[in-house]
Amino acid sequence: MRHLMNPLDFTVEELEKLFDLANDMEKNPDRYANVCHGKKLATCFYEPSTRTRLSFESAMLNLGGSVLGFSSADSSSAAKGESVSDTIRVISCYADICAMRHPKEGAPMVAAERSKIPVINAGDGGHQHPTQTLTDLLTIRSLKGKLGGFTIGLCGDLKFGRTVHSLIEALARYDDVNFIFISPEELKVPDYITQMLKNKNIGYEEVISLDEVIGRLDLLYMTRVQRERFFNEEDYIRLKDFYILTKEKMKAAREDMLVLHPLPRVNEISVEIDDDPRAAYFKQVQYGVYVRMALIYTLLGLEQGGDKAC
Amino acid sequence: MLNVGKIEEGFVLDHIKAGQSLSLYHHLQLDTRDCTVAMIMNAKSDKMGKKDILKVECDINDLNLDVLAVIDRNITVNVIKDGEIIQKKELTLPQEIKRVFKCKNPRCITSIEQELPHIFFLSDETKGLYRCKYCEEKFDMRSLERVKIS
Ligand SMILES: [Zn+2]
Repeated sequence: MRHLMNPLDFTVEELEKLFDLANDMEKNPDRYANVCHGKKLATCFYEPSTRTRLSFESAMLNLGGSVLGFSSADSSSAAKGESVSDTIRVISCYADICAMRHPKEGAPMVAAERSKIPVINAGDGGHQHPTQTLTDLLTIRSLKGKLGGFTIGLCGDLKFGRTVHSLIEALARYDDVNFIFISPEELKVPDYITQMLKNKNIGYEEVISLDEVIGRLDLLYMTRVQRERFFNEEDYIRLKDFYILTKEKMKAAREDMLVLHPLPRVNEISVEIDDDPRAAYFKQVQYGVYVRMALIYTLLGLEQGGDKAC
Repeated sequence: MLNVGKIEEGFVLDHIKAGQSLSLYHHLQLDTRDCTVAMIMNAKSDKMGKKDILKVECDINDLNLDVLAVIDRNITVNVIKDGEIIQKKELTLPQEIKRVFKCKNPRCITSIEQELPHIFFLSDETKGLYRCKYCEEKFDMRSLERVKIS
């Protein structure tokens, strides 16, 4: 039985299969509309994350399955002190697959160790959020045609953003990806990331301003720059506009550059860009559903056409 | 009478950095065991100037010495059986350390989940760093607390 804990759990080849399946589901929704009939997904969310939970639930419903679960720790037995190990044993009797979100790092892995059903890590604190990374990869592959052979700019808070770190690690497995990191000095990518890129001989640049590089990008991945991450108000005011994408800035970008964002956004992408064909962040949400559909289908072992003994 | 003579079965831990034997005693949790321990401190050493030696009389299959390598790889381990040295053990960093040290990341699931064994995997051999199985934070084991034996 397989679980998903980390975005790198699947090999590049396995991801190809998963993404092919996701694209097939996108094109032929009817063919998959009942494949999970009689199957149940448990969404065990020890902290609220409405978007992620709804994405999982939507995915399961698209496959003809049903969903059950809880969406905060105080509505669950965790509030009464039940351990993750015990909870998953119980959930294993109610459902066929589980998506778990938990504020503590490693909680889904504890669940996976005790579980009789596949467990998907739906985010564990600041640690991993593999389905976000798979969503990003599927979006890029679907809209660009392939993974690799492009220059991607990652812009904003590159220091604390788990999403960005996972995406860089995942993209580093593909050929001919060039990274441009665009961030204030205080929010640069951590050393372990740049070290990993150096070890793999992968090109990267670090710059402060989006304007100076936007014309060279095939992809722009935006993230939020939070005020509280700055040492002082002065720097924040001085730099914040550097990291807000506007119509004006988009003029310098290529015709086929795509703008991605893990959402929710605050103000780092101006709403006037939403109608620009290059804005791909809402498509990204849609791909998030497809990738979760493919994941549920795969982890349930349905591509072998078989029910797994439980 | 102080008896630091021969032991029948157990270990002689030699070349301990002077002054470290007491903390080793605690790291090996010898205080929780029913075994005789002799601690020789500040002994003369050609190699080290001064050193400590720890003699532990115990069943040789019963004491987990993994922790030693993590604390100081230069310690020499002599295994004693029937009063003779039967083996000189090289200390190597174990790939996995289970139920010895506690992860100190407050965001780690091990901080709240009862009965969950604390497990670390060797992640950087040259620096001797280990990674928590659950939160994947890297640690120098010497900075971590011991798991208490109940
Ligand atoms: Zn940990």
